[in-house]
Amino acid sequence: MNAPVENSLSEAGLSAAGAAGFLHRYEGLRARLPGIGLPWLAALRDRAAEAFRAQGFPTRRVEAWKYTDLAPLTQTGFGEPLTPVESALPLPRHAAPKRVVFVDGRFSAELSDADVPVRSLARHLPELEGRLGALARTDDLPLVALNTALFEDGALIELGPDEDGGVVELLSVTRADRPVTAHPRHLVRLAEGARLVLIERSWGHGESRYLHSPVFEVEVAAGAHITHARIQQEASAGLHLSTVFARVAEGGTYDSFLLHVGAKLSRSEAHVALVGPKAAAHLNGAQLLGDGQHGDCTTFLDHAAPDCPSRQTVKTVLAGRSRGVFQGKIHVHQVAQRTDGYQMNQALLLSDQAEIDSKPQLEIYADDVKCSHGATVGELDENQLFYLRARGIPAAVARSMLIEAFLQEAIEGVTEESARAALSEAVAGWWERNAA
Amino acid sequence: MPAVSETIDAVASVTQGTYKYGFETEIDMEFAPKGLNEDIVRFISAKKNEPAWLLEWRLKAFALWKTMEEPRWPAVSYPPIDYQDAYYYAAPKKKVGPKSLDEVDPELLRTYEKLGIPLKEQAILAGVEGAGEVPAEGGEARMPVAVDAVFDSVSVATSYKERLAKEGIIFCSISEAVQEHPELVRQYLGSVVPQGDNFFAALNSAVFTDGSFVYIPKGVRCPMELSTYFRINAKSTGQFERTLIIAEAGSHVSYLEGCTAPMRDENQLHAAVVELVAMDDATIKYSTVQNWYPGDAEGRGGIYNFVTKRGACRGARSKISWTQVETGSSITWKYPSCILQGDDSVGEFYSVAITNNRQQADTGTKMFHIGRNTRSTIISKGISAGHGQNTYRGLVKISPKASGARNFTQCDSLLIGDQCGAHTVPYIENRCMTAKVEHEATTSRIAEDQLFYCRQRGLSEEDAVGLIVNGFCREVLKELPMEFAVEAQKLLQISLEGSVG
Repeated sequence: MNAPVENSLSEAGLSAAGAAGFLHRYEGLRARLPGIGLPWLAALRDRAAEAFRAQGFPTRRVEAWKYTDLAPLTQTGFGEPLTPVESALPLPRHAAPKRVVFVDGRFSAELSDADVPVRSLARHLPELEGRLGALARTDDLPLVALNTALFEDGALIELGPDEDGGVVELLSVTRADRPVTAHPRHLVRLAEGARLVLIERSWGHGESRYLHSPVFEVEVAAGAHITHARIQQEASAGLHLSTVFARVAEGGTYDSFLLHVGAKLSRSEAHVALVGPKAAAHLNGAQLLGDGQHGDCTTFLDHAAPDCPSRQTVKTVLAGRSRGVFQGKIHVHQVAQRTDGYQMNQALLLSDQAEIDSKPQLEIYADDVKCSHGATVGELDENQLFYLRARGIPAAVARSMLIEAFLQEAIEGVTEESARAALSEAVAGWWERNAA
Repeated sequence: MPAVSETIDAVASVTQGTYKYGFETEIDMEFAPKGLNEDIVRFISAKKNEPAWLLEWRLKAFALWKTMEEPRWPAVSYPPIDYQDAYYYAAPKKKVGPKSLDEVDPELLRTYEKLGIPLKEQAILAGVEGAGEVPAEGGEARMPVAVDAVFDSVSVATSYKERLAKEGIIFCSISEAVQEHPELVRQYLGSVVPQGDNFFAALNSAVFTDGSFVYIPKGVRCPMELSTYFRINAKSTGQFERTLIIAEAGSHVSYLEGCTAPMRDENQLHAAVVELVAMDDATIKYSTVQNWYPGDAEGRGGIYNFVTKRGACRGARSKISWTQVETGSSITWKYPSCILQGDDSVGEFYSVAITNNRQQADTGTKMFHIGRNTRSTIISKGISAGHGQNTYRGLVKISPKASGARNFTQCDSLLIGDQCGAHTVPYIENRCMTAKVEHEATTSRIAEDQLFYCRQRGLSEEDAVGLIVNGFCREVLKELPMEFAVEAQKLLQISLEGSVG
């Protein structure tokens, strides 16, 4: 409270300077942005740019950004991505039989599979009035405002009643040969009873610093079910700032899992609203961070209807000089009687230079609720280590076994097999790199 | 004071009988002019005949305060406070050295009587000479309690002083300590809560008028519970208590703080600062029952309780334990904290906070783990009823050097009725690999089957709720000294009156 005034000024000054570059870019790009001929979209973009101008990049004086400093972002001069030269681009293995690929925030028909229920958002903008931007708030979320102003493309997934979209991989690749930014905007709409498994990966190439800042809007109608597995494997200098908005109607389910393994700085924010009775949300996740990395998992869960269950387990493992952040807020409205909310946050520190900051939060205005949260932070359990060592397992191996078990336990809750396999592979890859 | 009696009549007609301690004592008061500026600070300092360094200290605090902003982050709302529209000094006119009870202002004695201060030692409390030497009848049955009663801003009487003096213990008002033990006050005042710590602490540092001072010498175990009863009495006087407790190496003290305030239809500001210092192997136990006037059912009136309490475990193996039962005040903003500097030092926080009607509480603790193998325990029970809003806000911070540090936190919230709110905002910041931090929180309402069970056995609904709430708070209440625990249980029940049925 009452920190010295000069501090906030300089931070705010930096933030304003960083923001000015992006606003300048918006002015230069505006005429060429897709859908700018549509009056509603032009107005939406202008409003968003204005909202971003008014707010600037968040500083750590903003409560929601207390533990994540955007200095690496505000201190970098970013440019626009060039037109893709796609053939030369090496891509990771498929995580699902069907895949669509976005390069630098733009749809790549050449790299994507055919017959996937995913379209390019940029080509269908005229149909999206009233849908695009229906969930994404810009007035208090400057990064969402920036995305709304600058997005060029994104995935458009619309499933009809009871349609099964199967398993789809959405791969976002950023070519980081120079400091570029990508702000893709993805829109997912599931009609009554529709189902989808979406494996979303963020991938980076190159050594340069870059920003990948996607925004998702996910509308889940009554009885629909989406599994959203998010795997952030950005390049080591990358900055990843993503925001997901989901709205779940009666009996629908938003089941998500977030994995942070890449990027220098990453923050994934989820805003999930349960608006119909018996709507459900799972907001699970794991952050595996090594030397020099900062990972932030922030969630806001709104219980706005009665009888809704929500589950959240987030695990963080920190090696080297790394910092992990978890902020999870559950807001239970007065109408949301018989809410059943559970939140668990666990962190394991493997180095004496690591730091974990955790802020689970309950805000409850209904009386007939069952809400609990728990958090544990610490090193490996002595008793478990002793148990293994008493059976002749060397200390190093025992530690390794326990850490791997901790990690694998985190993804156990993912019931979709293909999604779990993709997550498991990413986890194993991180452990191989950091086991030493 | 006709204006005052008018207020009483007006208020009494609205809220008669709901607040047991809603009376006002009419005695002659001495006021400083309304408002706050450097001259008032000088006035207070001069009135108290303070040394120059303390005046400088106050003026520095005042200068800092002017640059600060009132905190807006707590989950409470209230109309803006006009700091210029309050009296910063009010003292009962002193009659020098009462020789017998007859000389003590009878209104004053009646006030304590109504408060139910555990004193048949009324004479002792009023400072009647010689009264303290007579052992209480059946004295073995009960531990004696030494009381430093604070009547508005000036401590009027101190009992058992001589007995304590024999052990080398100093227990007096802080104004007295400034006169008689200036070196101790100068060394420790502001060493735990510096003047510029926060908005309300700065305000307090500038204008504090009284409070208690305790010094326990090396190796001494204080033979009795020390106790202060605070009262806010005069109309429109803020109360700015300053309490300082120092426990030297190997010493032990248990301190009780009880609060009741008379009913009033105007919000009153209470901004106290409490500083505790524990040296090697010393233990300080600080217990509070806070029952300031909570305002009426519509949220009119009531005390704003903006308090900074902090203890420093400076020595190895030292221990500071906070226990609080917060049933009163319209707004509570309070985070009794521990700075665990000494290796193997221990911090504890046990809290029950009740908000009924329109009460708002934003309370919790901060535990700073700095030394090795430091341990802390946080048990918080929040109960919301009526339109009450109850927030637990806490921080557990582990520095890189605090190897082997441990924390366990449990926050439980109970909701009674569907118009209230219960919020939990714990912060965990850990930079030490070998530290272990555990946090648990639950929110629920009173289970139907528990209520049914009690009702079936013939308890009224209100009694059943009282019983269940007392059970819910048991972990905290058992930390209170015996007499306090009984009073606290009664208070819980009184506070929840009208919340069910």
